Amino acid sequence: MNTLKYQSQAVAKPYFIFALILFVGQILFGLIMGLQYVVGDFLAGAIPFNVARMVHTNLLIVWLLFGFMGAAYYMVPEESETELYSPKLAIILFWIFAAAGVATILGYLLVPYSTLAHFTLNDLWPTMGREFLEQPTITKIGIVVVCLGFLFNLGMTMLKGRKTAINMVLMTGLIGLAVFFLFAFYNPTNLALDKYFWWFVVHLWVEGVWELIMGAILAYILIKVTGVDREVIEKWLYVIIAMALISGILGTGHHFYWLMTPDYWQWVGSIFSAIEPLPFFAMVLYAFNMVNRRRREHPNKAATLWALGTSVMAFLGAGVWGFLHTLAPVNYYTHGSQITAAHGHMAFYGAYAMIVMTIISYAMPKLRGIGEANCNRAQVREMWGFWLMTVAMVFITLFLTGAGVLQVWLQRLPESGEALSFMVTQDKLAIFYWLREIAGVFFLIGLISYISSFWVKDKIAS
Amino acid sequence: MSERFTKGMARNIYYGGSVFFFLIFLALTYHTTKVMPERDHRENITEAVAHGKELWEENNCIGCHSLIGEGAYFAPELGNVYIRRGGEAGFKAFFNGWMKAQPLNIPGRRQMPNFHLTDKEIDDLAEFLKWTSELDTNDWPPNVEG
Repeated sequence: MNTLKYQSQAVAKPYFIFALILFVGQILFGLIMGLQYVVGDFLAGAIPFNVARMVHTNLLIVWLLFGFMGAAYYMVPEESETELYSPKLAIILFWIFAAAGVATILGYLLVPYSTLAHFTLNDLWPTMGREFLEQPTITKIGIVVVCLGFLFNLGMTMLKGRKTAINMVLMTGLIGLAVFFLFAFYNPTNLALDKYFWWFVVHLWVEGVWELIMGAILAYILIKVTGVDREVIEKWLYVIIAMALISGILGTGHHFYWLMTPDYWQWVGSIFSAIEPLPFFAMVLYAFNMVNRRRREHPNKAATLWALGTSVMAFLGAGVWGFLHTLAPVNYYTHGSQITAAHGHMAFYGAYAMIVMTIISYAMPKLRGIGEANCNRAQVREMWGFWLMTVAMVFITLFLTGAGVLQVWLQRLPESGEALSFMVTQDKLAIFYWLREIAGVFFLIGLISYISSFWVKDKIAS
Repeated sequence: MSERFTKGMARNIYYGGSVFFFLIFLALTYHTTKVMPERDHRENITEAVAHGKELWEENNCIGCHSLIGEGAYFAPELGNVYIRRGGEAGFKAFFNGWMKAQPLNIPGRRQMPNFHLTDKEIDDLAEFLKWTSELDTNDWPPNVEG
């Protein structure tokens, strides 16, 4: 059965499938790292912690990028009311990106990082060895090429079709993503400059342009599942992303408190990042309001659940947990502690992993030719996955927060001489790390449940 | 109220607000880079410091350690390790011994790999960590433990 409005939307399917495969990999490596936190020598020879972490974080970034690209390929033809400019280019870029991604991850796993650096000629243009930007320079160039082709394809599609606010916001977000990634190629010898501009990629991605992408996807889904008037949904989309950028751009300052920068950043960063939870709170009101005002009962209950869930979890993870340690006098003690890790986990899951699963939940039944929605049994299984993963992530965050508070108490607050050392402190946090690992296992069970829902069929049909 | 507040107005706030605050951000960035030399002491970046940073990157030290609070939280903060581990008097001797003793192979303890660096490389890495410890970080970290 063909259930797609525009046939070229089908190119989104491999992107979504590959994203979910990488997601599984990300969680497996997360569990390895979580165990290494308490059993320090676990797999220490085969997969040292730094390698596991690199795989964990890079898989996250890459699967979210696959998810965003799949979302764009799915949404843009429908929003523009025209076929994609070149479905063939989208498929070619899929294979290039997938091959480059797999080769890079294998490089991390199979050879020492310094060997990978020499082998990929890092000394010609050193860009490696910085957090989240560990990819060999050649991979980074590949990412830029894929992004350019992707933006060209979408741009050409939009030019010949209808220009909606959702399309414009999505495109601005994606162009911003590509532009700010260029700072990954700037790696001066001076660490002070290196660190300052490193945040132009990291912060202006996740607390800037990625929020535009998230907002656009959420608005699209809300229109589809609620039937509320596009004018209303797009108006509030603009309000939310306006708040996101107005607070988020100068909110970058909360990373500059301790970085060889003038102290006015402590004021600028504190004030503007204190506003950063607002757009996320607005997003919760927006999602629940639109669903309450719905004009139709969409059969895909799971997609609606994801849409509501992502707004709530993004608010908690990015908004509340971000605010917890964003004020300069607090951050002085919490900077680079397990509190940062707690925030990072819930924010990435809530805002970005969940928005990608929202669009996947909505689009996959159509892409697979099933119809508007999966059968009830499959949706129930999917919702089990939703609740297990989401509740597990809440607990991961709470346990890491507990670890962080104790870490600050023992290691940061006392004076030199009285404070415990890092390693001694870590031993005292073991119980929290064990609980976090158990919560992580529940997350994996949730993920398995979620993935398995793709194979669940209606009783009558089977 | 909601009738008078139109989509067009919302769009203008979005574009206008973003551009306005991005320009302020760029202006502050410009100012920051102008005054940064007083705080980063870039005149002290020798060839050894520069090479030390390359070694820091090519061995993915940030994958376990943090440097001025950024990085991974699996192993100690190294922005001030030079001060914590002996400073002028003792750091280099300590550091050379430490790097060569890895992996410690204490059962259950977090393991640092051996990166097989030469004495010269270990010395350059030490110079990088020394220079880093002299950066003006607005008094972070709160104490010597990092």
